[in-house]
Amino acid sequence: MAVILSAEHLAEIRQQAETAYPHEGCGLMGGANDGDARRVTRLVPVLNARSDSPRNRYLIEPDDFLRAQRALDRDGLEVVGVYHSHPDHPARPSAFDEEQAWPRLSYIIVSVARGAAADARSWVLADDRGGFTEEPITIEERVAT
Amino acid sequence: MTVTVLIPNPLRPFVSGREAVNVDGGNVGEVLERLAGEYTALRKHLFADDGRLRSFVNVYVNDRDIRHLQRHETPVAAGDTVTIVPSIAGGTAVADTLPKLSHAEILRYSRHLILPDVGLEGQRKLKAARVLLIGAGGLGSPAALYLAAAGVGTLGIVDFDVVDESNLQRQIIHGTAQIGVSKLESAKQRIQDVNPYVRVETFETHLTSENALEILRDFDVVADGTDNFPTRYLVNDACVLLGKPNVYGSIFRFDGQASVFDARFGPCYRCLYSEPPPAGLVPSCAEGGVLGVLPGIIGSIQAMEAIKLILGVGEPLIGRLLLFDALTLKFRELKLSKDPNCPVCGTHPTVTKLIDYQAFCGVVPEPTYEDSEITARELQRDLETGRSLVLLDVRLPNEYEVARIPGARLIPLGELPDRLKELDDHSEIVAYCHHGPRGVRALEILRAAGFPRVRNLRGGIDAWSTEVDKTVPRY
Repeated sequence: MAVILSAEHLAEIRQQAETAYPHEGCGLMGGANDGDARRVTRLVPVLNARSDSPRNRYLIEPDDFLRAQRALDRDGLEVVGVYHSHPDHPARPSAFDEEQAWPRLSYIIVSVARGAAADARSWVLADDRGGFTEEPITIEERVAT
Repeated sequence: MTVTVLIPNPLRPFVSGREAVNVDGGNVGEVLERLAGEYTALRKHLFADDGRLRSFVNVYVNDRDIRHLQRHETPVAAGDTVTIVPSIAGGTAVADTLPKLSHAEILRYSRHLILPDVGLEGQRKLKAARVLLIGAGGLGSPAALYLAAAGVGTLGIVDFDVVDESNLQRQIIHGTAQIGVSKLESAKQRIQDVNPYVRVETFETHLTSENALEILRDFDVVADGTDNFPTRYLVNDACVLLGKPNVYGSIFRFDGQASVFDARFGPCYRCLYSEPPPAGLVPSCAEGGVLGVLPGIIGSIQAMEAIKLILGVGEPLIGRLLLFDALTLKFRELKLSKDPNCPVCGTHPTVTKLIDYQAFCGVVPEPTYEDSEITARELQRDLETGRSLVLLDVRLPNEYEVARIPGARLIPLGELPDRLKELDDHSEIVAYCHHGPRGVRALEILRAAGFPRVRNLRGGIDAWSTEVDKTVPRY
């Protein structure tokens, strides 16, 4: 298990997390499954739909998901992961993250400490929903999309 | 009726890797049930334990969300396309496991509930929160009262003292009727009266290296209201080791400080003060005094910071040291940064478990000069028999004004080394202070200066008031 992405994409994710601070920023990662790993070739930033408590929640509405999915479809890509930020919290999934998670997607969490992106870690839900496991984030040269 | 169910990427491994599956059914509920029946590993991802569709699983029939149709009852016809669409949610808190509020609680917290930054979810977070107060004294009193009133669900309190009359000038959680009662019992009663929905967990003990981790472990936020350095370092280190925020406050005379030490996101107390001051250099409030309102202000700031941390709103005092001067009524702020060489939260910590904080702070048992001590009763006898002695009061002039032993001569301890020549080195001297320690120091100074016959009044003027002369007020 691993998530593979370019340094530029990871930098973009961190940048978006800082911009969203003190709110949670989020987005979808498009790409393809590569054996047991997920290779990310495009980011789809999504507006956090939680206006009631955006500091500690994010939500990507199904309509946004569908729209992203269709745009990716045209290039033969799939949604392979999700990224979101944890303002002033560690880059570990919360119980709420776990409860809400989908299997077989990479969940990259970026900790943002007082406005500055800190740790980025990636997690995958067990197939039986029995908790998250950390997976390595593998940086590769940017892949043309 | 056979429909086509489109499976999103994350669920395809549970349907043999297929993007679409054909399933029979008359409505959406039946279709999903059959699908989960056929592909059993899928069930857990679609349905919660109570059998309902998970909140993040959305179903569309021919591009229309069933929430806008008839939900599970939405009929399907042959050839329809049913699409499972993820919504993706998460976040740092646990809204759906937060406790609910009763109608009575909703009424009680209405001023919070109408605040957009608190609201129902914030109030539920407060109810779920567990805050530990180290000490139910000057700082702990206002902090406990406000945290309880605000609806923090569980308040833990560590203290071992009993309420003394001299506490009541500032420790507003206790009252006159509780004099002699344990502070924990007194605080608990008062908290229950302020807010019966708060659970109080009491720890009648000194916080030590042996019990600190165990006590702190179950709390979300720690508020340090201690008045001594060993405990302050202990609380700091335990919070760093456990990864918990330490809402710090301290007071002296007219000056107060507050900060939030959270080593995960900023500096800790040791980044600010890596070493404690030499033992005895910084007087405690018991020695130096404190204006009673001051802990009310600083303790309230601690309560505010604890609540902000729980709610996740505003900017906490992380990385900032707030200095308050009550005489000029000025707040100043110092920026604190994390020390990479900090022995406990730095990049290469050397303190990885709790240590002996008494030794670290150079606290050694007070030296005793038992052979050079005199009890209040012995002193009374000596004075009555007309024995010639100099009664030396080494307290401050304002203390002397409050209470004195008749015939005593005042030379404050700080001035003593410069005023030795005022004393006759042939006379017998009995030094006294409030409770004893300053008298011991005076004894050491006089001995070192060559005065041969010096004794210290054991228990100070307080012992004199209680054992000999009740007309001398205790303070």
